[in-house]
Amino acid sequence: MPKDHGIGASSKRREDVRFLTGRGRYTDDINLTGQAYAAFVRSQVAHGRLRGVDTSAAAAMPGVLHVFTGKDFESVGGLPCGWQVTDRHGKPMLEPRHPVLAHGKVRHVGDPIALVVAETAEQARDAAEAVVAEIEELPAVIDMKAAVRGGPLVHDELGSNLCYDWGFVEENREAVDQAIRNAHHVTTLELVNQRLVPNAMEPRVAVGDYNPATDETTLYTTSQNPHVIRLLMGAFVLGIPEHKLRVVAPDVGGGFGSKIFHYAEEAAVTFAARALKRPVKWTASRSESFVTDAQGRDHVTKIELALDKDGHFLAIRTETYANMGAYLSTFAPSVPTWLHGTLMAGNYKTPLIYVNVKAVFTNTVPVDAYRGAGRPEATFQLERVIDKAAREMGIDPVEIRRRNFIDSFPYQTPVAVQYDTGNYHATMDKLLEIADVAGFEKRLQESKARGMLRGLGINCYIEACGIAPSNLVGQLGARAGLYESATVRVNATGGIVVMTGSHSHGQGHETSFAQVISEMIGVPESQVEIIHGDTANTPMGMGTYGSRSIAVGGSAMVRAANKIIAKAKKIAAHLLEASDADIELKDGKFTVAGTDKSVDWGSVCLAAYVPHNYPLADLEPGLEETAFYDPSNFTFPAGAYACEVEVDPETGKVTVDRFAAADDFGNIINPMIVDGQVHGGLAQGIGQALLETTAYDENGQLLTGSYMDYAMPRADDLPFYRVDHSCKTPCTHNPLGVKGCGEAGAIGSPPAVVNAVIDALHRGGMTHVTHIDMPLSPSRVWAAMQR
Amino acid sequence: MPKVSMKVNGKAVSGEVEGRTLLAQFLREGLRLTGTHIGCDTSQCGACVVHMNGVPVKSCAVFALDAEGAEIRTIEGMANADGSLSVIQQAFQDHHALQCGFCTPGMVMSAAALLAENPRPTEAEVRKYLEGNICRCTGCHNIVKAVLAASGQDVAAIAAE
Repeated sequence: MPKDHGIGASSKRREDVRFLTGRGRYTDDINLTGQAYAAFVRSQVAHGRLRGVDTSAAAAMPGVLHVFTGKDFESVGGLPCGWQVTDRHGKPMLEPRHPVLAHGKVRHVGDPIALVVAETAEQARDAAEAVVAEIEELPAVIDMKAAVRGGPLVHDELGSNLCYDWGFVEENREAVDQAIRNAHHVTTLELVNQRLVPNAMEPRVAVGDYNPATDETTLYTTSQNPHVIRLLMGAFVLGIPEHKLRVVAPDVGGGFGSKIFHYAEEAAVTFAARALKRPVKWTASRSESFVTDAQGRDHVTKIELALDKDGHFLAIRTETYANMGAYLSTFAPSVPTWLHGTLMAGNYKTPLIYVNVKAVFTNTVPVDAYRGAGRPEATFQLERVIDKAAREMGIDPVEIRRRNFIDSFPYQTPVAVQYDTGNYHATMDKLLEIADVAGFEKRLQESKARGMLRGLGINCYIEACGIAPSNLVGQLGARAGLYESATVRVNATGGIVVMTGSHSHGQGHETSFAQVISEMIGVPESQVEIIHGDTANTPMGMGTYGSRSIAVGGSAMVRAANKIIAKAKKIAAHLLEASDADIELKDGKFTVAGTDKSVDWGSVCLAAYVPHNYPLADLEPGLEETAFYDPSNFTFPAGAYACEVEVDPETGKVTVDRFAAADDFGNIINPMIVDGQVHGGLAQGIGQALLETTAYDENGQLLTGSYMDYAMPRADDLPFYRVDHSCKTPCTHNPLGVKGCGEAGAIGSPPAVVNAVIDALHRGGMTHVTHIDMPLSPSRVWAAMQR
Repeated sequence: MPKVSMKVNGKAVSGEVEGRTLLAQFLREGLRLTGTHIGCDTSQCGACVVHMNGVPVKSCAVFALDAEGAEIRTIEGMANADGSLSVIQQAFQDHHALQCGFCTPGMVMSAAALLAENPRPTEAEVRKYLEGNICRCTGCHNIVKAVLAASGQDVAAIAAE
């Protein structure tokens, strides 16, 4: 029987009721008394010298309170970058200043130039159109290789568009070169991992508020990590001490990475609210989101895989150009390096690996973490080159992977990370079963009978989640700790409130975190409340990204709950006149081991707050504990994915007919929620493989700036998925044995789709097609078929 | 400013609006019915779908003044009279058809319109009908499943729990 509560139960989400009845409270639903509205004036050119900003006409328009320009922000800090990468030669990356509002130059379409604040949103937008920015347009640099070859400088003062040239592991470089020179077979693949727009359905919103009577500043914002925003904006940009600054991220409508970062608009509305002593609200239009939300991926890569005559992997060499866009977004430098190079071993025993990454400034929107962040880029190139190698050497694609699987743990990869546990044969076995690979031949014949091509793509993935051991990432350039925190507050009548530093923006923490507490203490889930998203009532936490919430935030909560249990046992021991070592807690009841003497949870809680019969000399009253948890390693979810496509030979249109995912996430708290996380990731990966692209013209104009031309996956583009997470090798170093599941689907699925399309074309006799760059649109597939 | 009157979720309402005020803005800002969401500016995402005289419309593509005298139904008016979730809402919760919740009001309104038109749709019909509603979280699997379940069809056979 499946469990009906606690860890492992598919408890229905408590969040749903408010979302299903229109009672969610998103940032744009917040309206403060006396609120004014902000509209930004943005650069319409990708690169130019900002000669002046004439605000006089705008300032005279109805309802306008003030027009701010870059000059107003000269006295405050720039938007900080949270990660400093050191290059191959030991030099720190080039790090440009990122002003809140542009001054001197504009560097991408959408770069903010001025901020108009007015009584109504319409007045602010009308006045924004009356601001005149005098811009001397400069040639833009869009192509990364051109930017490095000596194209126009995005930041004149840096003297180069090359942010860094990173080598990893630099000491392996020569050995890798030699292994590739001497190998029996080398497979080479050049590919593009195209730029994507994260497109959380809720556009970003920020509301700044200032109370001059108390000198307290509040920012309501669409963030995945309100404490990080408080720290970055308070300490680095506006100079507001943290105890006078509160950041609230209420219900947030999806993030996928794009709401991790500290954005100019957050600082600008907060600055304006303090200057005008009025709440100031900004709500992005979707068109603004397209030119201001940090975008994802955008790698151009060449990978070489050296193999022996039996298909064993000997060495991997990969060279990537990674687009940073016009400025360094908060965590941008870490994505193509430490979140990408460290995963190049994949699930395989490859003794020698060298990764080179050149990060490049261009006149485009900044690029940063997007669901998977570096790991999809690593997985895509590796699993594509393996497929190509298998074809070249005449080895079955599943067999070549099995021959190279890492099969004993812990496993130290040649790219720094150590996998604690895994079982890649088990997930592959499970995949072949749930994908019904045995039935493929029959389906192939059915497709043929209808004049369609059919292909099967299979691949593996591994990711590093649960970011991260703070001392390790500190050595790698992180300018933040990456622990998580929780406070568990037990009330006098036994109800439990958990205040977590994690943030939920769709992941369902309010439900799944309560399941963990319910399991540990033995009280109903309904007796547990989860609070998140407000720096005023949660302990300092780093927020939610990188599939870290349950692995890091959950661990902090477990640690705090264990402190609660230990104290509660002492109280129970006092009430039962026994030793606390003899007290057992089960199903919400404390019992003296081996006896029928017991006291229930509620009585212990009441005693803690009404301590009439209580060991006051030895124990403080109250029942509230805080814990911080800093992980000792990353977690390593892994799995195997299979995609079956049909390709229309007349049009090149690809239809995903079947998709199966077998994942090892370690222990699972709520299987229903985990399924949903995988489904969503798969859709984003299928979207990348078939539909989505971010196109700039040579002048830096974004050609795909709305849903009219950026192809989001919709219900009729997607199949039902078969997902399974019954293969479990629990994480060995966190208390719940959990690994994280938020990004897997987006990491593992793009190569499966592309592998399947290439397979379909080969089965159709078009063996000359070895690769097609994503998205595999009908025109690209059709063109490849005609080559 | 001109005045507009309409019936929203059975209640007569009125307010002053600009000519350019969209129905979505009037609902959200004028009436503080913030369940209707605005996710784009090109009438593509469907987060703002409401029913106008029984027909689903993207309320970002209707001027508030054009809704003069109309009967509007929003997500706030979808629960049963006793406050419990309606069949469609309950199916969304039962089948985990929402994550961040932002597209959900529009999805529920579109799904309700579909089932009113076509009480037993096929999977393909559900997918086609929801093409005007974008969800970035769920991969649509559980949304399609929930709509089929709300129509009374057995979804136990659909893969993946």
